Formats: sequence, structure tokens, C-alpha cells
Amino acid sequence: MINESLKLNPNIFSDDVEKIAIRTGFGEGLVIAADQDEKVVGLCADLTDSTKMRLFADKYPKRFIQVGVAEQNMASVASGMAAMGMIPFMASYAIFSPGRNWEQIRTTICYNNVPVKIAGSHAGVSVGPDGGSHQALEDIALTRVIPNMVVISPCDAIEARKATIEAAKTPYPTYIRLARNNTPIITTEGTPFEIGSAQIMYNEEGKSDVAIIATGPLVHNALFAAKKLEERGVTAIVCNMATIKPLDTNAIDALVERAGAIVTVEEHQIAGGMGSAVAEYVSYTKPTPIEFVGVRDEFGQSGKPEELINHYGMSVEDIVVAAEKLVGRK
Amino acid sequence: MEHLSDEKKVVLEQKALLIRKSVIEMLMEAKSGHTAGPLGMADIFSYIYFHSLNHDPENPQMEDRDRLVLSNGHICPVLYSTLAHAGYFELEELQTLRKFGSRLQGHPHREFLDSLETSSGPLGSGLSQAVGMALADRISGGDKTIYCLTGDGELNEGQNWEALMHAAKYKLDNLIIIVDRNYIQIDGATEDVMPLDPLIKKLEAFNCKVIDIDGHNFDMIDGAIRKAKNNLNSPTVIIANTTPGKGVSDWEGKYEWHGKPPTQEEGEAALKELSESEK
Repeated sequence: MINESLKLNPNIFSDDVEKIAIRTGFGEGLVIAADQDEKVVGLCADLTDSTKMRLFADKYPKRFIQVGVAEQNMASVASGMAAMGMIPFMASYAIFSPGRNWEQIRTTICYNNVPVKIAGSHAGVSVGPDGGSHQALEDIALTRVIPNMVVISPCDAIEARKATIEAAKTPYPTYIRLARNNTPIITTEGTPFEIGSAQIMYNEEGKSDVAIIATGPLVHNALFAAKKLEERGVTAIVCNMATIKPLDTNAIDALVERAGAIVTVEEHQIAGGMGSAVAEYVSYTKPTPIEFVGVRDEFGQSGKPEELINHYGMSVEDIVVAAEKLVGRK
Repeated sequence: MEHLSDEKKVVLEQKALLIRKSVIEMLMEAKSGHTAGPLGMADIFSYIYFHSLNHDPENPQMEDRDRLVLSNGHICPVLYSTLAHAGYFELEELQTLRKFGSRLQGHPHREFLDSLETSSGPLGSGLSQAVGMALADRISGGDKTIYCLTGDGELNEGQNWEALMHAAKYKLDNLIIIVDRNYIQIDGATEDVMPLDPLIKKLEAFNCKVIDIDGHNFDMIDGAIRKAKNNLNSPTVIIANTTPGKGVSDWEGKYEWHGKPPTQEEGEAALKELSESEK
């Protein structure tokens, strides 16, 4: 059952659920963050429209820095601006930032511990026709291993907007993972959001057969999977792990207690992703059987988003199969 | 900025000598670290910290201070030595270089020593940070000078050229870049490892104002900094031609001294030579 207290979108399960790109939520959130704090500045590496930073750049041209196709320079320029008291948001595709400029992010942003916010768009295979070169499947792994870094992977455009506004208020280097395509709206304006807090979106109380921990737009598939499992007599909790670092370990403790089995779902390599973070944690607290739904050590390719999600094993049916397999392992 | 009088030049020369001696002493104690670059840049550091930089060792976080980014972090012994001689911390602390728990990390780390403007070590990213500082100061209506010190070997890193394009595009005339042109890097002569010349033409082609000087001549350093401060609508790059290992005749110009410290015996001989040069 949907957790009513979170005030989620009542149309989550309908065929005509509203769809908006998560990157659009970032763009809107950045404008609000900039309205609220004049120290917010934006930097972009020649992808101002694609990353939706255009909304900010048009409203605050003097606070917008166009760095050209130079993601390494962008990261360190942002670091320098942060050292002067500003709150820089830098945007590109995730494959280039934090991909291309990982060491600059490590040394000039995180080692200096300055509040640069990195927006990485076009994460996941759902980028679609652009193909594997542009589908970031390693960015969660790259960012979560760096000390001082906060990693956020919003599930929809509304959550991305809130995450962007909240990220501007913290002193931490922060990575915000964004998806390209229009994806279902899961939350509403009234849904609470706090960096570092996971949310139980489905079956918030009582024992359950399995807990599905999902991040990003695949939370929607996870919710459908829980509903389908219910029809087959398997009870499933769905947890939206929007913040991957710091991990909400209290939430995981509770899920382990209530279900004793975890399916993790993410549009990312299984190696090093959110599921790995969960596994690292429970392996030294309370070892728990886990099934990982994600990309299995492969690169993506061109195609339609939905067919790629299906091909790489992250569909509703794949989650259902993983959960049922897990129940068998318990 | 005050006029550089003959008396002041003598003071700067004396400070440079003290900075060099401390560099050698701290490297002898640390038993690891870089020797040639720090000795080569001692005159520039003396000039900046004791003449041109707007700073206050009593108040390192002074809001309107100028900023100095050391991009080639491996020459940090000269920065630490200069900071100590300027009064940021006691000279004794220099002996903790590279030791466990020291504020004087092997490569500069601002989280350990907050009188540094940034952490550095991995080459090629300091100039971008300085560009960010210069941009931020302009946006917030400040009047600071941002200094960025880089090595020549470091210019192999492509990020520098991204940053130069950026600095020129935004006409960052509050940015002064000083390249330590000593023609050596770890593996040998810069022109063998990866030729940089014609460096002046390259930098000019990137729309920077370029000034080529002898990095050990205080009149030339002074003239270059003044020209840079008066320059409008472009960043200035000062190519400071220096002698690596400057002041110690056995080490001068030898790339082998890029990344190794002196032994006790070598260090003592070097200190003796420096002391004699004073007389």
C-alpha cells in the first residue's frame, strides 16, 4: 500500500501519469536557489540547454559562467569561486562530469572541501539513442568513494528541484544525478525531502517478505513491481534511497528488521553503485540476502529508453523476478 | 604598492637568502621532497610576500586579502618557508615538513594549514582555481589581485590551456600568472620531455599579456608586477626565467635535483655556500 503520509502523486499507477525530465527539476531548482541566495553561481560546459541551466543563465546572466567544452577547467574554476565564498553549481553530462574531470573534483573540490554542487545529467541507459558513450553508468561509484562528497539521485523532477534547493544550503561538495528523459512524477509539492533521509513509499509498516531499495527514476518501476508482487502473494516494501551518501543507515536497519531480504534497483553498474553501498553496510551490521538490479558490467547502446531498460534487466518484471528469487533464498 | 627602493631590494635579497636556507634545512630534516624548484623561486616569493601581496600574517583570513595559488604544489617548501619568515607561524614548525600530523603536508593541504589558499599537488589545476577566484572577485565587486604560480613542466597539462582561454575570454586583468621557467621537470629538460617553446608566442596567441623576465632580478620582477597590475582587459603571464637550485653552485641547472632532498653532508655544504654569499 502506498504510504499516504508522504503525499505521493495519486496518479502514480495510472497510464497517463504526468512525466517530466528530472533535469528540468534541477533547472527550476537552481533558479529558486539563486533567488534565495545571491552567492549561487552557475557554470556550464557548453550544455546549457541540455542540462536545463538555461533557466538560470537567462535570469542571472552575470552569475553564469560559460566555460566551453572544458569540464576539467570547469571543476577547478568552480572550486576557486567556492573558495571566495560562492556556491557554484556546475552542469554537464554525467559521463564528462564527474567522468572526465574526476581528479579535479577529488582534489580541487573535495580535498579542499568546498561547497561546489555538481549536476550530472544524462545518467543511465535511458539517455537512449545517443548510445553507450553518453550513458553514464559509473558516476555513483565515482562520486561516492570521494571523502566529503554528498551523492543525491532524485527519483523525479519535483524531488530534483527540492534536492537542488537543499544542496545549495549545505557546505558540502555534492553530486546530483539527473536523467535526460521525461519520467513519471512520483512525489508532489507536499512530499517531504531531506538530504540523507530515505523514504518508505510502499508498505510503511509491519513485516514484509522483501524490501526493494531503489534510486532515481527506477523508483517508479520498483513501485509497480511491489504492486505486482502483492498480486502474487509476496509483500514488498519500497524505499526511495534518494541520498546515496551519506547513506540512511537507520532506514536500512529498519528494512533489514522488517523484511530480512533486500532488492536494490538502480540505473547504474551494479559494481560500486547504490546497491554496493547498501551491501557494504549490511555486511558488517546484519548480513542480509540481496539481489542487485542494475547493469551487469556492460556498456549501453542506442535504442529507445524503455527497450534499453528492458534489455539491460531493469524492468518491472526484472525486479519482480529478483524479489521472488530472493524470497526463495531466505 | 610602494616604490622598490635600493634599501628595500637589500631587504628582499636577505629575505630570499633566509627562505633558501630554511628550505634546505627543512628538506634535510624531512629527508624527502623537492629542492631545485623551491630554491629557484625564492626571489619571487620574497618579492611577493614582502613587497606586493596585500596580506596580513596576523589575520590570515582577512577578507580583502590578495590570493596566491601555488599550482605546482611540490615546490611548497618555498611557500612554507616564506610563510614562516613572514610570521604566519614559528620557524621551528618548518622542521615538521612531511611528518605525521604536521600542518606542512608533503603537498599543500588547506584543511591542515588554513593560511594556504588552496590544496595542490596534482599538476595543472591551480590556474583554473585562480581563474575562479578572479571571476568571483569581479562578480562580487572586489579589488583583489589573484596570483597564480605555476611550473613550466606543469604546462604539459592541457587543463592550463583551457584555463588560459577562459581567463582571456573573461578579460581577467586581476589575474597575474607567474610561470617558473626553469627548463627542467622530473624526467629531464622540458624541451626534451615535451617542448614548450616558443612559449611566449603560445601564450600571446592565447590572448594573454606576456612579460619575459629574469626571475632573480628584483628590478625586473618589480617592473613586471607593476605592468601586470596596470594591464587592462587581459590576464598577464610573467615568464620568470629562473635557475633551478639557485644559490647552490653544485645544484644549479641540474634536473636531478628536481625531486630529491639533500643529504646531511650536501645540505651543510649548501648552507655554508649560502652563508658565504652573504658576506
